[in-house]
Amino acid sequence: MPDIAIRLSGVTVRFAEKQLSFDCAIPEGAAVAVAGPSGAGKSTLFNVIAGFETPATGSVTLLGKDMAGRDPADRPVSIVFQDNNLFAHLSVADNVGLGIDPSLRLDAAARQRVFAALSRVGLGGHERRLPGPLSGGERQRVALARALVRRRPILLLDEPFAALDPAMRAEMAKLLSELTAETGSTMLFITHQPEDIRRLAERVIFLEDGAIVLDEPAEDFLSRRAPPAVARFLGHGPV
Amino acid sequence: MIFARAERRALRAAGGIALGFVLAFVGVATVVLLSHADGAGAPLLDAYTWRVARFTLLQATLSTVLSILLAIPVARALARQRAFPGRVWLLRLSAVPLGLPALVAALGIVEIWGRQGVVNDLLRLAGLASPVSVYGLTGILIAHVFFNMPLAARLMLAALDRIPAEYWLTAANLGMGGGATFRLIEWPVIRRVIPGIAGLVFMLCAASFTIVLTLGGGPAATTIEVAIYQALRFDFDPPRAVLLAFLQIAVTASLLSLGTLLGRPPEEGMTAGRAIRRFDGRRRRPADALVLVLFTLFTAAPLAATVASGLAADFGRLALDPLLHRALVTSLAISFSSASLSLAIALPIVLVPPLAGAADSGTATRLMARALPAMGSLILLVPPVVVATGWFLVLRPFGETGRFAPAVITVINAMMALPFVVRVLEPAYRTHLARTARLALSLGVTGRHRLRWIDLPALRKPFLTAFAFAMALSLGDLGAVAIFGAEGFVTLPWLLFSRMASYRTADAAGIALVLGVLCLLLTLPSTAADRRRQGPADA
Repeated sequence: MPDIAIRLSGVTVRFAEKQLSFDCAIPEGAAVAVAGPSGAGKSTLFNVIAGFETPATGSVTLLGKDMAGRDPADRPVSIVFQDNNLFAHLSVADNVGLGIDPSLRLDAAARQRVFAALSRVGLGGHERRLPGPLSGGERQRVALARALVRRRPILLLDEPFAALDPAMRAEMAKLLSELTAETGSTMLFITHQPEDIRRLAERVIFLEDGAIVLDEPAEDFLSRRAPPAVARFLGHGPV
Repeated sequence: MIFARAERRALRAAGGIALGFVLAFVGVATVVLLSHADGAGAPLLDAYTWRVARFTLLQATLSTVLSILLAIPVARALARQRAFPGRVWLLRLSAVPLGLPALVAALGIVEIWGRQGVVNDLLRLAGLASPVSVYGLTGILIAHVFFNMPLAARLMLAALDRIPAEYWLTAANLGMGGGATFRLIEWPVIRRVIPGIAGLVFMLCAASFTIVLTLGGGPAATTIEVAIYQALRFDFDPPRAVLLAFLQIAVTASLLSLGTLLGRPPEEGMTAGRAIRRFDGRRRRPADALVLVLFTLFTAAPLAATVASGLAADFGRLALDPLLHRALVTSLAISFSSASLSLAIALPIVLVPPLAGAADSGTATRLMARALPAMGSLILLVPPVVVATGWFLVLRPFGETGRFAPAVITVINAMMALPFVVRVLEPAYRTHLARTARLALSLGVTGRHRLRWIDLPALRKPFLTAFAFAMALSLGDLGAVAIFGAEGFVTLPWLLFSRMASYRTADAAGIALVLGVLCLLLTLPSTAADRRRQGPADA
């Protein structure tokens, strides 16, 4: 039985018009898809784990440590967004280097690690380029390289494939599963595509109306016909 | 093809009239200046002239550098602290100096920084014997920073707000400190907008007349524009005034060409997308609070002083002063006519260029489409004081120049407002045209009917904004009036200026309050609306 990487107990987040509550336990090394209709609270769940949102009640425990009062940078978490992960005016290598030292003072060994990470994601030779001319998939891989050099055991991906075309999605998914297998990271990714779950997820967390309604193995989830929101998500039910 | 044939003919005619009118007005002034330049030249390019030119550039450079350097911490603090009580009011406050007549601001600054002001009281309390003098370079710099630093801060803030929200989340996730955040995220963005802002501020300061006239101290702290005024009004030395006028044109011409290299000042449009959240805000709160409190004090204190001493004035007596009545009526009449004229000239500038887009547009139309926008900015090249000087020389042989003053000042004020008016109307009209032109034409709604049912209703708001701005600008203008100012012709700023000059400070304060409130009533609604507009028109 592996240890628990992420445990949320009795966590509630209050907004002006609604309240969200989260309870879950995600084992170390798992690859978890986070799904659900728009506005269900997927991004808020990530914000709570990453420390961008302070819960009104409850506790967030990451790798056995309580995260209360900890800044985002002091948590064992790396986060990758759908877009704008890279600072457009910094070179690819500098963007990755920020993962080693956030004030970008890098020695030769650190530079070496940056180069290694970039060639690991298939972008060797792109170090000096600016992110602008890169394709969406390439930019996402640079962000992954940064997560790689940061060596944080939990990786959160907020719709990492949304801006990519189908061929690139498959390629990214392959790279991601290889990387998490190598590093043993726990990975959560938000997605709107059942396809991504089939490719990459061992477990699925499904949210609806600000709460986690399902938390189960991917194959169980994919064979579901109910509840209606899940059926709609999987494309089975009436729309 | 977005206009009917008859519409195109009417627009071309309007463009021709506007072009002819403005070129003739500026042309006559310039030709007369040239003819008076006979005999001027080498002996007049003396030490005094050079000193004036040097000081003009020196004060403009220092004002620009100070405004930009001080704006950076203000913009950073405002960008970082996104939700505190009164943030909206602070942003509104930063828009106030733009709408305030320079003379009113100068009075407020003297109240705070002058010999009897709060700052010197505090310095004396702190045990310093020699007070700060507000007259001379110090005062000019304080006033220019008062006007331009909030403007620079607003433009920088807009640039910072355009940074993608994910950057701040990523920075927090990576653990960037304050120094690294500035170096790696904020500075690259600020650095990009600084040239445009600096160009704008430098231009405004180099052509600053009222501030230098009221706060400059004697020949040691005089700019070219003020020297023109003094040569004309005190020394009765037209050749020197002419020489200085050409010096001023040479300076503005080189600044304008430098400005095209530096690029346009950035737009203020807001960003869409994910809401910005700053995680470095909490740690920096005390420092940012200090910066913002100092900024508020610096900007609000002269305003508060103006209001306080204005309210202390004897309004009962002022209200019965026939001279004030006359000044008020004259000022309102001039500013209303000049705003109307400005809009009338601006319309062809905005309407004609789209004509040239059609494949069958003639050479004349295309030339006009290029000439009209350039004409709109002509006043930047030939400043108001210079045009006024030319017309002063034209009209002098015809007797008392004060008689012609209202007409000349109306036109000059209209031209001063033209760059602003065009900048408000042009983008609005372009968007409007893209939305409605083809539809209107296909329905056959053209000419008068199009104007009545389609164009005017949609463009009412930018029209009103432009009109209000033009009116406020004219209401607060002292430059053209100072050149022509004569017995029997009084505007509000001129009355205020002469009350200040004759040390009737209580009256001056009362008039300043009236003038300031009038101008802010005109400009504040539009600047507030400007911030609410979420910039699809600018995108």
